[in-house]
Amino acid sequence: MVAQRKILNILMGAILPLAVIVLWEVATRERLVSPFLLPPFSRVMVRLWQDIVSGEIFSLAGQTFLRLAISYSVAVVVGVTLGIMMARVRFVRWVLDPVISIGLPTPKIAFLPIFILWFGVFDTPKIVMAIVACIFPLIAGTWSGTQGVDKYLVWSAQNLGATRRELLLHVIFPAALPQILTAMQVALPIAFIVVIVTEMLSGGSGLGGSMIEGARLADTARVFENLIVIGLMGFAFLRALQILRRRILAWHPEVLQEKN
Amino acid sequence: MKKLAIRYLPIALIILFWEFASRAGLVSQDVLPAFSAVMVRLWELSAGGEMLVHVSASLLRISSGLGLGIIVGSALGFLLAASITAQRLIQPTLTFLYPLPKSALIPVIIIWLGFGNSAQIMVIFLGSLLPIVLGAYNGAKGVENTLVWSARSLGANAIETEYQVIIRAALPDLLAGIRVALALSFVLLISSEMVGAQQGMGFLVAFLGDGGDYAGMFAGAFVISAIGFAADRAYLALYHHLLRYREA
Repeated sequence: MVAQRKILNILMGAILPLAVIVLWEVATRERLVSPFLLPPFSRVMVRLWQDIVSGEIFSLAGQTFLRLAISYSVAVVVGVTLGIMMARVRFVRWVLDPVISIGLPTPKIAFLPIFILWFGVFDTPKIVMAIVACIFPLIAGTWSGTQGVDKYLVWSAQNLGATRRELLLHVIFPAALPQILTAMQVALPIAFIVVIVTEMLSGGSGLGGSMIEGARLADTARVFENLIVIGLMGFAFLRALQILRRRILAWHPEVLQEKN
Repeated sequence: MKKLAIRYLPIALIILFWEFASRAGLVSQDVLPAFSAVMVRLWELSAGGEMLVHVSASLLRISSGLGLGIIVGSALGFLLAASITAQRLIQPTLTFLYPLPKSALIPVIIIWLGFGNSAQIMVIFLGSLLPIVLGAYNGAKGVENTLVWSARSLGANAIETEYQVIIRAALPDLLAGIRVALALSFVLLISSEMVGAQQGMGFLVAFLGDGGDYAGMFAGAFVISAIGFAADRAYLALYHHLLRYREA
């Protein structure tokens, strides 16, 4: 019964995308829309297949992935560290608090031309831009998570003779983990958005660069091909983070409750 | 007042250090124009009226795009929450589309709509749509059945229930979704203006940078940040005002 229901749900969920694809294909084949505006779905797929066989798409996706992976991991490590320090060290809090409160809601992408001026047009400005864009929610999320740790937990640990280091590693950090992971889930799409935009604006290929080149050369099939790959990547990364969250928080009531 | 001064002292110190580093030649003026030079340029650009043209172009785009997104997105979200069939049909697609980096839509929209106002408005509209749909949907889904039943038993018809009970109860989630959309809209506005536009703040900053007017470029980036910051704070004030009944 349950399995049947699941299959039914999957089938119903597939109706809309399939309908869109069929409509897309028919409308473009019948020339209801100009192929310049929308190439037939089949042509996009053939194009994708060719680029898979030739390996072209992997090299583009690889460049984008590398930039995203580097900037995101640097942002996570630095952001979480700073967030914890903000909660533990008064001086760090004093310096960073106003910076965060101003920096968090501002559109950091406005500083891209400045980073291009400073770091040229290769990988560095793209990576720096993505770090700057996604680090604020990481710092803020970690800070509030670390601060929100139950006082009784901290007192109990201190009472049992935990040193500062033990307290941080074994009590505060694990207790703040759910919020840190949430911040990571917020930061990833931001980093991805920014990496794609920087590739569009300052060359250096990658999926974003390839898309904008396709748009300039009126190669619409290429634009849609890249869009599909970017969509799949975005979905896969966020899924991976969700799975990671469940793994890491296997001990947490949040996951335990779900299992029961 | 004194508290505020102490709180924002680090910012003042950073600005002072910046001014000093640039004036003393620790870094080249070409790489980092002095803060005072940036301010002078900001004044020139504003007094000449140039800034205003670009700021109003940007504000027009973001308010139209986000406004459309709020109207269409919340309507879609509430409809979705009202019908189980619609959920089964649409939700998997939404789940799949949600993580798409919205900036990837910019080239597609450029092909469809060119470089004019409508292109940026469309990008902002599409980008802001999903967070708002999900906000409205989650909010309306989370409404307690007892609330709906009580309203019904007190004689409210379907439309009254939807308007008086469900939309109100869903408001916190919807407003949170709109805040996410607001931040996203700014990123998309500036990016799409940098990629292709003849006006707007994103265009201005990129244009000044390309022309070597670095002080002007910094000034433009500051104006964008200030607008983004002010918009978020204004929205937050509105948020607390609309939800003031909850805080009592």
